[in-house]
Amino acid sequence: MELILDIFTSICFFIGSLSIIIGACGLIKLPDVFSRIHAAGMIDTGGTAFFILGMIFQTGWSLITVKLILIGVFIFFTSPVTSHVTANLARQKNILPVGKKIGKML
Amino acid sequence: MKSFILFFILFSLWLLMSGHYNVLIISLGIISCAFCVYVAKRGKLIDDEGLPIFFMPRLLNYLIWLFKEILKSNLSTAKVIINGKVEPETFTVKTSQVTDVAKVTYANSITLTPGTVTTKIQKGVFEVHALNSDFGNDVRTNEMDKKVTWLEGKK
Repeated sequence: MELILDIFTSICFFIGSLSIIIGACGLIKLPDVFSRIHAAGMIDTGGTAFFILGMIFQTGWSLITVKLILIGVFIFFTSPVTSHVTANLARQKNILPVGKKIGKML
Repeated sequence: MKSFILFFILFSLWLLMSGHYNVLIISLGIISCAFCVYVAKRGKLIDDEGLPIFFMPRLLNYLIWLFKEILKSNLSTAKVIINGKVEPETFTVKTSQVTDVAKVTYANSITLTPGTVTTKIQKGVFEVHALNSDFGNDVRTNEMDKKVTWLEGKK
């Protein structure tokens, strides 16, 4: 039983670290601020979600599980806000995104 | 009524976070939760915006759908980053929600799925930046918009 849980944890950590590495590559590789936010969003959602899931497999049913889930919930609610603030500030400083624009900009 | 719901939420959070269940700690918890509820009530924070309980009956269903979407778009964002096929595009979408909370939920859901970010918000219109035309089409089909309007349940 313990072995199975360990294997699940390893798989989750592997997927999580993979998505963090890909997100970090994207942060360097993508062309402008707005595109880089997408890579950061990938780290926020995919990376943290899989890491927390992996840790939950290790703790079992206890109060620590509840705390881990709460950490996930708070990151879930706050990370889009920070992404939006970054994007909105860039727009307020009149930085226009590269690529095509469909319709008129606000 | 809503004050009682807020007190219940705060106190269950206290019990889950503390892990100590003796008389002193629990009575301290009751006092501080009651004080928080009093302050929130005095500041008139307990309304539909501060405590959106009208979301609750459909929230679980929506969250499961949202997690599925996040997983899918995580995979496609990873593919785009590895392939390097980046064609960013910016466009505007109309929203059909009534309350501000639902609009915020919609904007947050767009931002939370990797590949699309809400960059600007005006009354009823969002400006969305997408990494690729596939992500853009996902938003433009208004599937998420309909889901959030359904979650809101005011129409």
